[in-house]
Amino acid sequence: MASTMLSLPCTSSSASLSMHQLNKGKVKLGSSDSSICINNDRNSPFTKIKSFGRISMTVATNVSRFEGVTMAPPDPILGVSEAFKADTHEMKLNLGVGAYRTEELQPYVLKVVKKAENLMLERGENKEYLPIEGLAAFNKVTAELLFGTDNPVIQKQRVATVQGLSGTGSLRLAAALIERYFPGAKVLISSPTWGNHKNIFNDARVPWSEYRYYDPKTVGLDFEGMIADIKAAPEGSFVLLHGCAHNPTGIDPTPEQWKQIADVIQEKNHIPFFDVAYQGFASGSLDEDAASVRLFAARGIELLVAQSYSKNLGLYSERIGAMNIVCSSADAAARVKSQLKRIARPMYSNPPIHGARIVANVVGDPGLFSEWKAEMEMMAGRIKNVRQKLFDSLSAKDKSGKDWSFILKQIGMFSFTGLNKAQSDNMTNKWHVYMTKDGRISLAGLSLAKCEYLADAIFDSYHNVS
Amino acid sequence: MADSVFATIVRAPEDPILGVTVAYNKDPSPNKLNLGVGAYRTEEGKPLILNVVRRAEQLLVNDQSRVKEYLPIVGLADFNKESAKLIFGADSPAIQENRVTTVQGLSGTGSLRVGAEFLARHYHQHTIYIPQPTWGNHPKIFTVAGLSVKTYRYYDPATLGLDIQGFLEDLGDAPSGAIVLLHACAHNPTGVDPTLEQWEQIRQLMRSKALLPFFDSAYQGFASGSLDADAQSVRMFVADGGECLAAQSYAKNMGLYGERVGALSIVCKTADVASRVESQLKLVIRPMYSNPPLHGASIVATILKDRDMFNEWTLELKAMADRIISMRQQLFDALCARGTPGDWSHIIKQIGMFTFTGLNREQVTFMTEEYHIYMTSDGRISMAGLSSRTVPQLADAIHAAVTRVG
Repeated sequence: MASTMLSLPCTSSSASLSMHQLNKGKVKLGSSDSSICINNDRNSPFTKIKSFGRISMTVATNVSRFEGVTMAPPDPILGVSEAFKADTHEMKLNLGVGAYRTEELQPYVLKVVKKAENLMLERGENKEYLPIEGLAAFNKVTAELLFGTDNPVIQKQRVATVQGLSGTGSLRLAAALIERYFPGAKVLISSPTWGNHKNIFNDARVPWSEYRYYDPKTVGLDFEGMIADIKAAPEGSFVLLHGCAHNPTGIDPTPEQWKQIADVIQEKNHIPFFDVAYQGFASGSLDEDAASVRLFAARGIELLVAQSYSKNLGLYSERIGAMNIVCSSADAAARVKSQLKRIARPMYSNPPIHGARIVANVVGDPGLFSEWKAEMEMMAGRIKNVRQKLFDSLSAKDKSGKDWSFILKQIGMFSFTGLNKAQSDNMTNKWHVYMTKDGRISLAGLSLAKCEYLADAIFDSYHNVS
Repeated sequence: MADSVFATIVRAPEDPILGVTVAYNKDPSPNKLNLGVGAYRTEEGKPLILNVVRRAEQLLVNDQSRVKEYLPIVGLADFNKESAKLIFGADSPAIQENRVTTVQGLSGTGSLRVGAEFLARHYHQHTIYIPQPTWGNHPKIFTVAGLSVKTYRYYDPATLGLDIQGFLEDLGDAPSGAIVLLHACAHNPTGVDPTLEQWEQIRQLMRSKALLPFFDSAYQGFASGSLDADAQSVRMFVADGGECLAAQSYAKNMGLYGERVGALSIVCKTADVASRVESQLKLVIRPMYSNPPLHGASIVATILKDRDMFNEWTLELKAMADRIISMRQQLFDALCARGTPGDWSHIIKQIGMFTFTGLNREQVTFMTEEYHIYMTSDGRISMAGLSSRTVPQLADAIHAAVTRVG
């Protein structure tokens, strides 16, 4: 069989690479060890021959196989920061994504984190694969932090803890577990909730429905609606609860209300599914912010808890969190853990070490742990101060009788302003204040210096736009 | 207390590959040898942090201006740019024409998974062909993403080499447009790679049937010691102007295993398509983990962007590849010296971290029980886990297994 020179259509210089190879004799086509006759057999089912004089070739098809792929819309939350970056106005304010900023509106790396990283560098630990379930030292301290070291669920080894990719990744592991082992079971999510919750359950193919939560009339909790909707759901549903500092509203149930929520969940044999992204960051106290989770655990209820260290340790980009599943026995916990591993393996094999080591070092060392608590109190304190200043500025400006005190009652990084989409758009278009369309502002991105300006923007949007 | 809601959940078996290390750790024998998971070990049997990685990390940790803000969903921009250049070549027309979208992924696994999810949602063909055998995690990744998995012949047990005939026949029988997983170099678990000539045959066949190539590149630079040589297969497909996917991992070639650093690139026909594809990749990533981890990607970007560090890296990479090649030679020589029955030349013909010994399940079990040698039951050994000191022990074990066990 004769060997034929091939050439590609000269649409681009990509042809030259192949020609170069061919000229160097590196690629001989139609070589003798192949029983497949490529070039000379025009009837071969394997070839589409195009002739250019005496030169034949096989070409890649000219139309993209992905031509039908449409442009997806930008992420409603993360897309806000991108829009903010593009804005050149000097008064622009980014109150979109929930990332803590200092009074100077700079990102903040906690001092304990820097100390931990320096320690890690000095030790020169290796970068071997973690086990699928993650760093053992991290898994231990994270469960203890959440439930309390002396908690019976920990003492009795009833908690299956698996390191996950921050809150999102941990939620996704649990969602996949629900899909596999609780087919047909629904997850009840609050209305509203963090925008990505729905995406996570949709992609995991877990059906969901909403329970009433936010009452626009009071800019507070629609407690009766919440209880009624949880009660009405099919027995054995998963109920997604924000452990503290509800995102996006900042409205949390009171301790008394939590007890009633636990009552109705037990009554219906529902499974509580906590999302704890702000432990320590909401009130400034790690224990206080874990009270809701501990209340449920104390009742002997089996439950799921996703944790994130993005905000409370400022480890946003290191993607460190955990999925904890409290089971009725150590044996069940072991089995559940093994299945979580089975879900993680084809997703990412094993989780990243860096963030896990930082957490393990900080929480595991009494000195660093104390320092961390102090820094956390500082961050939570700054947000409380900013709430106060914003409230004071708005109250001073607004003599209409509108009650802005919800700003003080809400807790955590976010405030649900009650502004609608048109009003939120006005905030951005006229005032260059970037926020999400649901009226949520991130107080972590607000400085005392800018409270006055923000108050002007909110006042204008609320009263002059409908 | 009510019955557990988890009562019906059974205990999953240990992962077959990662489970080998679990078993190894439990073994109290002082002579145990872990040839299971593919993690590089020095001559002293220790894990290795590359000097250049240490340097990069030092720079990063000491840089007071660095922050830990969320990365974009697609990851660190510099990292993505440099990764594409690394695999496709800095002068690749596909890159220059903006036809490549690259997203940071969670090492190889995560990059494969994101690519598979994307294809399951947006590509008209949902069958993926994987080589027989392949890395144990491949079928799981593709199946859970919603693709249907078929195999193509790859390894020929008779020759302990490539079954190119079977390879081409099976792809020839595949429906037009089907996805085909290709190991860019250093096939895992066999270590058997097509020659460049064979790659050209594969390329022509695939293009003639519009089969979509999905490369898994986990050993670039690690296989032959040359980054460019190990990327030839991929570049060949990009050079013909066609589309393909490529998953990259920096676990082995930069020793960043636990940092989970990798990338998924999709080479498209036009820049417009690439941009739309990227927007859809973001929709896959956001509900999975929102955005990727910063640390490992920063290390890689730091090294790839700096001329000196890049060169230093290539030297350290070559040293690792050379050590493995020397282990292959030593093991081969040791088996010949013992007169172990069989032709062991495949040990030096195969390339990369792994050797497909040709030992069967019973022989493997025997080697674990009698000689405390840990390896996967398919007869795959990680050459990276061997040293001059332990080669004789392994040779003895293989010799015993071959002569005493069926």
